[in-house]
Amino acid sequence: MAMQTRIGARIRAKRGDLGLRQADLARSCGISPSYLNLIEHERRRIGGALLVRIAGVLQIEPELLSEGAETALTTALRASADVHNEANPEVERLDEFAARYPGWAQIIEAQHGEVERLQRLVSELSDRLTYDPFLSASMHEVLSSVTAVRSASAILADGGEISPEWQARFHRNIYEDSQRLATSTEALVGYLDAGGNAAGAATLPQDEVEAWLAELGWSVPVMERNPDCARDEVPGLDEMSTSAAALADIFLAQYRRDVSALPYDAFKLALSTLGADPVVLAAHFAVGLPVVFRRLASLASEDLPDGQPRGLVACDASGTLTFRKPVPGFDVPHHGSACALWPLFHAASRPASPIRQDVRAVARDEQGFETFAFAEVAYPSGYNGPPVVSSWMLISPQTQTSELAQPVGMSCRICAVEGCPARREPSIVSTARDTPQEMDARL
Amino acid sequence: MNQHVLLIEDEPNIIEAIRFILSREGWSVDVHSDGRTAMEAIRARAPDVVILDVMLPNKSGYDILSELRSDSTHGELPVLMLTARGQKKDRELAARLGASRFMTKPFSNGEILSAVSELAG
Repeated sequence: MAMQTRIGARIRAKRGDLGLRQADLARSCGISPSYLNLIEHERRRIGGALLVRIAGVLQIEPELLSEGAETALTTALRASADVHNEANPEVERLDEFAARYPGWAQIIEAQHGEVERLQRLVSELSDRLTYDPFLSASMHEVLSSVTAVRSASAILADGGEISPEWQARFHRNIYEDSQRLATSTEALVGYLDAGGNAAGAATLPQDEVEAWLAELGWSVPVMERNPDCARDEVPGLDEMSTSAAALADIFLAQYRRDVSALPYDAFKLALSTLGADPVVLAAHFAVGLPVVFRRLASLASEDLPDGQPRGLVACDASGTLTFRKPVPGFDVPHHGSACALWPLFHAASRPASPIRQDVRAVARDEQGFETFAFAEVAYPSGYNGPPVVSSWMLISPQTQTSELAQPVGMSCRICAVEGCPARREPSIVSTARDTPQEMDARL
Repeated sequence: MNQHVLLIEDEPNIIEAIRFILSREGWSVDVHSDGRTAMEAIRARAPDVVILDVMLPNKSGYDILSELRSDSTHGELPVLMLTARGQKKDRELAARLGASRFMTKPFSNGEILSAVSELAG
């Protein structure tokens, strides 16, 4: 009966919106005004052809007067009541509320939907702040500058005793930090503009696939046990967008080939006897270096001789990163271009030549890595077809950094290396940092 | 004798401001900017309060806090954590590792002063 109640109230509300008298609507629908009055006041059930006729006159879809729309509305109201249960909403009178105040009920429904959308967006932005090194560094720069400006200006404004030298110092600091703030916010705006809205950026197919792989631990256990397993045995594919699922299928096809060439048990045995040098392993199994790179990157830390996880990146001939498995201390950009000094790009410029190079990641935690890079060329269109280059770089953390290690960054915009020969654009990260001793000397 | 604060932070102008406002209130302030050697600085001259930034060169404030809390001599020192990130999970991590207080940037001079005074008891 509750459902009927809402239908009657909706008819009455819609009729009122259109300025129709009860008699006018009844006549148009071929029923008596008194019968319509009974319907509107919940004393007669309505459905079928009469509901369609009334909806037609009211210029509304019949479903919006009947069960489907009402259920969606009450579901949303109930969800909203659950979220705000501290207000002790009269849930037992929810149907009555929806019937008597359909407009207000729709407003609550709309607001509940908007709150949920915003919560999702906040969650996505939070994730992005966590996993997007550029955004994280930019926000750190902005907030640090704001903090310094706020503190210095408060010192000058609070009227306490302050010597002319300190006044001059804080004026200078405010000027420096406001310049830094202008630069970092400009870069941040440019970055966000280039990346589109946050929600969209969070759902790029490559991001989806990499989030799925991270969830799996960068390996596909079911395929390790049986390379020929059915697609629906692989978890998580159904939850992806169509584009991401297509990308995941390409990844899985390659993973299947890699596992068939280097089965888990045989690969682990070889690691324990030969070590983790990719060139040695590739020669032992008579496979290409990228296969070994990918297999090493799929292993958990405890499966590797040194107990260190491996990172892996890949790019095409345009330099676009097509695969990004990060490793702690070696940041990989999610948007924009990577550091041109990565051996990955060196390898892309001279395919079929293996490269081994120590690098030092220029970040707050300066850490050393041993990298192996190799590029291969395929001709999928056959003779005279365009070459397709795939360059791969395996990243192995080192406990000690070689003095000869090449300094590399993540991306020019958040790299503080001065005088870099490969710099494309200025950095938003401040580069001039005094040591406490230098500061003491200045004071 | 003045009470002593060790400020572990690497932003020069934030250092200057914090050092100024604390010194003006009679605190003795030492500064250290390298995460890797921060524990050595603490052991060299144990402060009454540590102000510890999260993002430091070479070693994060969280790692330093964790190491400090397992130190048999200085494990009980009050620590005020500073960070540009104030998400719930950051606060929870700081609390789990034993931070005495957690403050997000941008903070006011008054907030820093009152937090340090409270932590010094």
